[in-house]
Amino acid sequence: MKCRKCSRPAVINMRQHKLALCDEHYPEWFIAQTQRAIEKYHMFTSDERILVAVSGGKDSLALWDVLLQLGYQADGLYIDLGIGLEREQIADPDQAYSIASRKYVEQFAAQRPHAHFTIVDLKTEYGETLPEVARRVQRGRKKPCAVCGLIKRHVMNRVTREGGYAALATGHNLDDEVAVLFGNVLHWQTSYLARQAPVLPAAGDGLARKVKPFCRLYERETAAYALITGIAYIYDECPYSVGATSLRHKGILSQMEEQSPGMKLQFYLGFLRARQSGFFCTQTEEVDLHPCPRCGQLTSAPGLCAFCRLWER
Amino acid sequence: MKVKFRDQEWEIAGRKRVREVIEEIGKIPHTVLVVRGGKLLTEDVLLNEDDEIKLVAVVSGG
Repeated sequence: MKCRKCSRPAVINMRQHKLALCDEHYPEWFIAQTQRAIEKYHMFTSDERILVAVSGGKDSLALWDVLLQLGYQADGLYIDLGIGLEREQIADPDQAYSIASRKYVEQFAAQRPHAHFTIVDLKTEYGETLPEVARRVQRGRKKPCAVCGLIKRHVMNRVTREGGYAALATGHNLDDEVAVLFGNVLHWQTSYLARQAPVLPAAGDGLARKVKPFCRLYERETAAYALITGIAYIYDECPYSVGATSLRHKGILSQMEEQSPGMKLQFYLGFLRARQSGFFCTQTEEVDLHPCPRCGQLTSAPGLCAFCRLWER
Repeated sequence: MKVKFRDQEWEIAGRKRVREVIEEIGKIPHTVLVVRGGKLLTEDVLLNEDDEIKLVAVVSGG
């Protein structure tokens, strides 16, 4: 198979686009697609400072790389959750999930003079690692990923606001978005459906704008970009993600995509059109948001927000 | 040819196309990328008997 643009051997064939590209033209295409999404959904402008949430995985590091290549003022944020320390403490601490992930972020930044980043170490700042908090609180014992999501959302929002960033960018790709969409449709979570979008606008001073520049790019495309451009990333999965519902949904959706190339993209874009035309009622989300008396972030809960309640003993 | 995926390894006989190899070891082509000598290969590439290829999973997250 040859590259559509130069006839050199192709390194990727995107069946949904009927487009095969070589290792020189693929990164160009990928970067241009990201810029198109940024503009199409009015995510941010070149005058604005952006905070990129980086996990050490392929998507977030590829996003950071692309934003820097496009000339955006993009700083990184790595949240050290302290995952994997217990089980690998004796064997090889460097292989612990959070330590290994952090090293990929540090390595990425060391290779790029304009890549500045902040590390928030959960244990240092809040006194406990994610596994420790998850074991202590009831919701964490059942679902550590729910506590992890809560912590990450809070910290990302805090650092975005405190750093004066215009928006928080995450590496969510099309497969992530479609898996969430699929799950929300299965359970008819209409309030979640109403909120799922490439851009979540800021809410007052409390909630930062959130953007997903890779929302139209397949996971296979972000992985190919990382491999072709030599971005080293953590390949292992988070130990807590084993058996996750979203991964099961991804498996089902990938089988459908294999049979009908472009199905995921059509599902997602069709959803966005339906959402835009008012298909999903937003009434249920019109709740009273007020600042948490401790951290100041907006919450719908009376009294302390869910994040601050995590640390109450 | 030798096929590696995470900590698994397969030995596959004969010349085959990338897509055939992926299907033979029970993976969905859409969910993996195939690398030979550090270069990505498209599904139509005909592999040699003595090739060594690595499959890279593209799925992540939880």
